[in-house]
Amino acid sequence: MEKLHGWISFPDLLIWLPLISGLVTFMLRKDKQVKAWSLFASLLTLAVSVLSLVYANDKILNYVSWKWLSTLGASYSLGLDGVGHILSFLTAVSFPLIFAATYKSEYKHSQAFYGLMLLTQAGLMGVFCAMDALVFYFFWELALIPVYFLCSRWGGEKRIQATFKFFIYTFAGSLLMLLGIIVVYLHTNNLMDAGGNIIAPHSFSINAFYDVAARLEPTKQYWLFGLFFIAFAIKMPIFPFHTWQPDTYEQAPAATTMVLSGVMVKMGLFAVIRWLLPMFPAAVDHFGYIVIGLSVIGMIYASLLAMQQDDLKRLVAYSSIAHIGLMCAALFANKQIGTQGVMIQMFSHGINIIGLWIVIDQIEKQTGVRKISQLGGIAHKAPALTIMLVVIALANIALPLTNAFVGEFMMFTGLFKYNVWVTAIAGLSIILAAVYTLRMIQHVFYGEVNTLTATMKDIPNSVKWVLGILLVMIFVIGVYPQPLFDLTKDTVASLLTRFK
Amino acid sequence: MRTDRDIMNAIILTAIWGVVMMLAGAFIQNKRIPKYLAISGILLILVANCWELYTGQTLFSVDLKDMIHLNSFNLAFISIALICTLMYFLLSGRDFEKVGTHVAEYFALIFFILCGVSLVATFNTLLILFLGIEIMSIPLYILTGSDKRNLKSNEAALKYFLMGSFSTGIMLMGIVLIYGGNSSASFYLNQIHLGVGKMPVMIAAGLVLLMISMSFKVSAAPFHFWTPDVYDGAPTVFTAYMASVVKVAGFFAFMRLFENAFGTIQPQWQNLVVIITAATLVIGNFTAVFQQSVKRMLAYSSIAQAGFMMLAIFAMNLAAKEGLVLYAAAYSLASIGIFAILIKMKDYTISGFNGLAKEQPVLAFAATVFLLSLTGIPLTAGFQAKFYMLLAAINTHHFVWLVILAVGCAAISAYYYFRVIQAIYFKESTDTEPHIWDVTLAFKFLLLLLVAVIIILGVKPELIIDWLHYFPLP
Repeated sequence: MEKLHGWISFPDLLIWLPLISGLVTFMLRKDKQVKAWSLFASLLTLAVSVLSLVYANDKILNYVSWKWLSTLGASYSLGLDGVGHILSFLTAVSFPLIFAATYKSEYKHSQAFYGLMLLTQAGLMGVFCAMDALVFYFFWELALIPVYFLCSRWGGEKRIQATFKFFIYTFAGSLLMLLGIIVVYLHTNNLMDAGGNIIAPHSFSINAFYDVAARLEPTKQYWLFGLFFIAFAIKMPIFPFHTWQPDTYEQAPAATTMVLSGVMVKMGLFAVIRWLLPMFPAAVDHFGYIVIGLSVIGMIYASLLAMQQDDLKRLVAYSSIAHIGLMCAALFANKQIGTQGVMIQMFSHGINIIGLWIVIDQIEKQTGVRKISQLGGIAHKAPALTIMLVVIALANIALPLTNAFVGEFMMFTGLFKYNVWVTAIAGLSIILAAVYTLRMIQHVFYGEVNTLTATMKDIPNSVKWVLGILLVMIFVIGVYPQPLFDLTKDTVASLLTRFK
Repeated sequence: MRTDRDIMNAIILTAIWGVVMMLAGAFIQNKRIPKYLAISGILLILVANCWELYTGQTLFSVDLKDMIHLNSFNLAFISIALICTLMYFLLSGRDFEKVGTHVAEYFALIFFILCGVSLVATFNTLLILFLGIEIMSIPLYILTGSDKRNLKSNEAALKYFLMGSFSTGIMLMGIVLIYGGNSSASFYLNQIHLGVGKMPVMIAAGLVLLMISMSFKVSAAPFHFWTPDVYDGAPTVFTAYMASVVKVAGFFAFMRLFENAFGTIQPQWQNLVVIITAATLVIGNFTAVFQQSVKRMLAYSSIAQAGFMMLAIFAMNLAAKEGLVLYAAAYSLASIGIFAILIKMKDYTISGFNGLAKEQPVLAFAATVFLLSLTGIPLTAGFQAKFYMLLAAINTHHFVWLVILAVGCAAISAYYYFRVIQAIYFKESTDTEPHIWDVTLAFKFLLLLLVAVIIILGVKPELIIDWLHYFPLP
């Protein structure tokens, strides 16, 4: 084990900053203090994250490993590689935006709300930085607990049941993953220190896992693949494990929904990239077509359902299932260009969907409803909101020049190389997405002004700024995605070499 | 380092202190003094026990003919039981007064139970095992029925006593059969001749009877039927002790018995343990889901937790042995904590917890951590305990379905534990009356201390594991 690290590193900061500031938040008393403090804390985290991108190639600053449970062979190992950088940056950038966009929202016990939000951020960062299976499992669960409390306490009417379903689902999934982790762990070799002495009979380190798992006999790989995949599929979610998702998104408070759909679902995709694909190449070859099949079925199914929805939140929830399905299919198709596309799309999807939620939140705050059938003519009343929304919605259906176009184009190319028919069916979802998105824009923003929307005002400046920043990111990535390619090139390359 | 003339501090001191407490009850009228006397007694015994653990020296010297086996593993377990008892006295000691007037006697009985715990943690012959189990059980029968005017308490005591004596009889029969069938004429556990190849019928029958009676003591299915009624009927303070220290001591005895006496023929009895484990997991978890009273839910959940601890008996490797002690600590601490809060509640139903967060934020937070630990969420001791159990069970490479069943049951357990958390945090209380009997600042502070211990063990379980191996196992 190399001991090549300094006293402080970026992953450490990214986890501990939100964690400690979250705990501090619980002790604050005044609403204003709480909001200002959590915004400040999340901006600080963002600054660290930007710095980590600047020094992305510095191994000493980006990797850290301390002794933790040495008799078991688990160590507190964190690290940021390409995909880790992208997702930790997404996490870092989305929280200040979410806090700013919902700055006017009132919460009972706001210190607890913001404290839990920051703890969620810490958990997410931990998942994206973990380089040790046990650490990964720890953070995987820890990200869930604050979200459970956030949704159950501040959510909508049916929040308790909806969140409970979500919790039990994901908890069951992660326990299966824990089994998988233990099985792989028991196959690893002795953990040696620098002098060649045996510290522990086995090891939880990611490299040991990569080495061992790929060499297991195929039948064992298949079983383990199943254990891990169910956990990740529930989190993403992939059809048929998606039933918790629309309910939870609908019932969760707006700020939490943004975290859930913008960042948290990426945990599933990330885990596939970080653990599943490199560990079980044989099983991926063997089951890949099933996963792709499920993903494509999910895409079409979710798109069809999205067309039927009257509730804006549920519409976005189903459209998210479709998008995630495409990413998952592209990952399992195992083509270089598709995998590269997923890296970009994970970031883009996070940005776009947070934008959509912000718009919906604004509409709901002003009119009190989210029903498409009850809204109309918002464009006359709130032109700025409408412009922003139209751009974000078009980005969501992957129009050229926007960020999602780059990702989706590459993913479809990857999928095309895998199988033409699958691509053709999956392609239908693009058309369906255009249908439901444009229908939504038409009904909600154009048409007659009714009594509900007559009193609407345009959005406050703070929200304008947030949406403006999102728009800038949408166009910058849409036109010049090269930095993201450079960042993830190595991850993609090392991922694909495992399949040769 | 040790000679066979040594005897453990804990056994003698607990017995002496039990007598001291009884005398105190006769002479001291003040109700508070017994509690402080008991706490100082526990501290004294704990110091003496740790001193023995680290230096190997004892206060007493009696020739025991090697009937008791001492090593750091056993001593560490006793220390854990003592620490749990100390926490229990500190948190719930004052609630003894609510049960009846004989406060000092209740403490005395608990010291006698501890004497039994020390015996079952160290026995090296079946005779001492029998003595230990009996010394542990008889005070419990009394404590169960200590609420003399309460019919439920009386019923529970009678039920417990009748069922308990049955299982004692079964155990005695098992011991007799084993000694009768033992050709070596030696009483020591590791010298029982189990025969070559096929097990002699008498030994086999004895083994099964022992397994039944031990399963009864740890409330493993299908010998669990007494548990819900007894736990529910007994005064809640004593249920707390029954469900924590006594239960894990039973498991420790179970493990030591089957490891030392029958470890070499494990494949022959493993199937039996698998059936018991699976039944315990399923019955405990599925029935707990339907309970409306938190006390009864905790009774069933203790059966469910017993199912998880049975995995250690099933696996019987190093991780299982270490894990069982870790589980004992994690489970006991969380149970003592959650019961200490339950005692303070006026209404034991789940809806009685509604709105607790608003009324008592500290209690609500502590209760949540205890429940999370019982569920096995990372960062709590309960996770590490369950993790070790799964690790041990998977390491046997047999019965994969049992492990998957255990994991499924752990997911179900989240359902009923989280119902309480939901009531605490997300449901509003309808009545304006406070839910809680008076709680002191010290009580809250102790709860937070317990929470801190649980989280520290969740991050660093090696604190206990290393303790077990302070001396290498002989």
